Amino acid sequence: MQNFAQEMQTAFALILTGDSELLGIVGLSLWVSLLAVLFAALIGMPLGAALAVGRFPGRRALVVLVNALMGLPPVVVGLLVYLMLSRSGPLGVLQLLYTPTAMIIAQVALVTPIIAALTRQVIEMLDAEYAEQMRSLGLSRLATVPVLLWDGRVALLTALLAGFGRAIAEVGAVIIVGGNINHVTRVMTTTIALETSKGNLALALALGTVLIAIAVTVNAMVSLLGQQSEAQDEVRHA
Amino acid sequence: MFETWIKACAVALAIVGAGTALAAEEFIVVQSTTSTQNSGLLDHILPAFEAESGIEVRVVAVGTGQAIKNATNGDGDVLLVHAKAAEEKFVAEGWGVQRFDVMYNDFVLVGPAADQAGIKGGADVVAAMTVIAKAQAPFASRGDDSGTHKAELRHWTSAGVDVAAASGGWYRETGSGMGATLNLAAGMGAYALTDRATWIAFANKGDLEIMVEGDTRLFNQYGVILVNPEKHPGVKAIAGQRFIDWLIGPEGQAAIASYTLDGQQLFFPNAR
Amino acid sequence: MRDFCGGHGVLIEATGLRLVRGDKLLLDIAHLRLGGPGPTVILGPNGAGKSLLLRCLHGLIRADAGQVFQDGLPLNKAQRMRQAMVFQRPVLLRRSVAANLDFVLRRRGLSRSARRERIADLLATGGLSGRERQWARSLSGGEAQRLAILRALATEPDVLFLDEPTSALDPGATQAIEALVMRASAQGVRIVMVTHDIGQARRLARDVVVMIGGQVAEHGDVERVFGDATHGTVRRFLAGDLIF
Repeated sequence: MQNFAQEMQTAFALILTGDSELLGIVGLSLWVSLLAVLFAALIGMPLGAALAVGRFPGRRALVVLVNALMGLPPVVVGLLVYLMLSRSGPLGVLQLLYTPTAMIIAQVALVTPIIAALTRQVIEMLDAEYAEQMRSLGLSRLATVPVLLWDGRVALLTALLAGFGRAIAEVGAVIIVGGNINHVTRVMTTTIALETSKGNLALALALGTVLIAIAVTVNAMVSLLGQQSEAQDEVRHA
Repeated sequence: MFETWIKACAVALAIVGAGTALAAEEFIVVQSTTSTQNSGLLDHILPAFEAESGIEVRVVAVGTGQAIKNATNGDGDVLLVHAKAAEEKFVAEGWGVQRFDVMYNDFVLVGPAADQAGIKGGADVVAAMTVIAKAQAPFASRGDDSGTHKAELRHWTSAGVDVAAASGGWYRETGSGMGATLNLAAGMGAYALTDRATWIAFANKGDLEIMVEGDTRLFNQYGVILVNPEKHPGVKAIAGQRFIDWLIGPEGQAAIASYTLDGQQLFFPNAR
Repeated sequence: MRDFCGGHGVLIEATGLRLVRGDKLLLDIAHLRLGGPGPTVILGPNGAGKSLLLRCLHGLIRADAGQVFQDGLPLNKAQRMRQAMVFQRPVLLRRSVAANLDFVLRRRGLSRSARRERIADLLATGGLSGRERQWARSLSGGEAQRLAILRALATEPDVLFLDEPTSALDPGATQAIEALVMRASAQGVRIVMVTHDIGQARRLARDVVVMIGGQVAEHGDVERVFGDATHGTVRRFLAGDLIF
């Protein structure tokens, strides 16, 4: 084994001194995943809300489908997006392959089902409680949706953070559609894969530590938000 | 509510658009192998070309098999790999314009210091691999249709060993890159065939050592090909050809020769 | 404050009301007329159909047959907007106390300053002054139900339906709710309240409906029903026997 302690020290020095190369990689990771979550929310939340309050044929089947898509393997998503964006694919003329935009598209495909499924769950539970009261107050089903979205905001934020966690930690899809090109599409997870393949396990681990730190922060925010809303709800029943 | 949604979508698209516009300078995509990138060669030679031409070179480093596949799909302007037969087929089928020799390096057979098969110091790679097979000593193979994998399979064929039968036994196919395969070999004390460049640059050798080197059959030729713009109109033929001309011209060849790691020259230019 | 005169004048009628689930007849009401003075209390054992009747009268459930009339007209959207309902478990928005009231006031198109004033008035009425910024779902059970009633009153209804509003509350909290309900009644809001608490019926009702098995078994003035019920099961129920 290599001198691990020393390698780790070097790696953490890179992190602590804010090495510009490293910052670029972390920054691109955050940029790509945040935008992906933004788009996924714009698609997934209305979809989830429609599935929760809508009553239309095929709704149950759609719910099952969206739930199933939550577990979509990233590599499969990456491959599908690659085939779409490849120059010989249907969207090849857009020349998006090997760009951050392609990575955003792949992550949107991965995260949208998560946000849609969680949104549906949140809104359906809230709707079960609110429906009669809203109807009593004279609100139509459609007019109820914004009320449900707003009152479910804490749980919905949790859904967004869950989606972000999935997006930023994912490697299988972005390495295929991004190509792991230095300074262009190289993000934390693809760098970890690359450094591991070079045998630079310590640097890979240091980057992994940054990733874990982000994941822990996100999860801490999720559970903190969850606890807060629970506390606010539970005082009454205590 | 619907209007708010539309507005939010527009803003998000504008952000992505702005981000994309910032990166709108001239660039080419080179489909290449992990060995050229992981060894540090491309990082060494590309800045000179980029400074001179103003063309950014974006390298996608995958196995030779996948690189050729991607280039066949038109997802790249230039192909820089090391599997001569596959490269010639690529050109013959019309996917590439013309193939040029660029440089060579060599493969080495590495293995654990304990050397279970007792092959250390040999100069005949086929003989050594025959011994490994007889001893059923663990051997880590790329198993990914890469140039290195193809070279390895040629030696097994010469040795008359049917590795397919031993797959999962002493013969382990990692299905991943050179580095990942070396990580595995170091971890389980297996023999492996690797290109010298990756080997020298590889940081996690463990107790792996070079067992066999210097055999002419371990010669590893790299070729460069422009992806055929007649097949894929999106190919940046002029910029791509400019890169190829530079690479096989005196400046590129000199840059390749000047790259050393641990005092060793890794790649030997041999463009004609 | 709005002038509530005329609230007692609202007449609610139901004719031929039937609600069927599977082969069970849950509600079977030939004719019911709620027009007399003072609060109406609907009594009955569990499963008698009290809550279903309330929901039919408020238009939350469509009966399989029959019709509900308000002031002689089939119940329509405009009339429903003049009704309000309070549920057994208060459904409070996950917002502040003030925001729960503001939600309905804003729908009525009141200006910001008028809303603020009205919220303060309402909270004073319900003994919740100064609690504007508290998280509504952190209120105690009694406070939460009071807020739900205040929110219903904020719509300035002619009719207020209440579905067992005090069933989970202690006597102190129940008393505060009852005071709030009586106050609304005194201001002219027609009160129709479901309860299975016979004592509460005696305290509040002028008009009592007793339901057994989905049907109206007794309906009349509180003195008459409690003093002289003709229906045998109703007599046993009012005497405190366990009916199920």
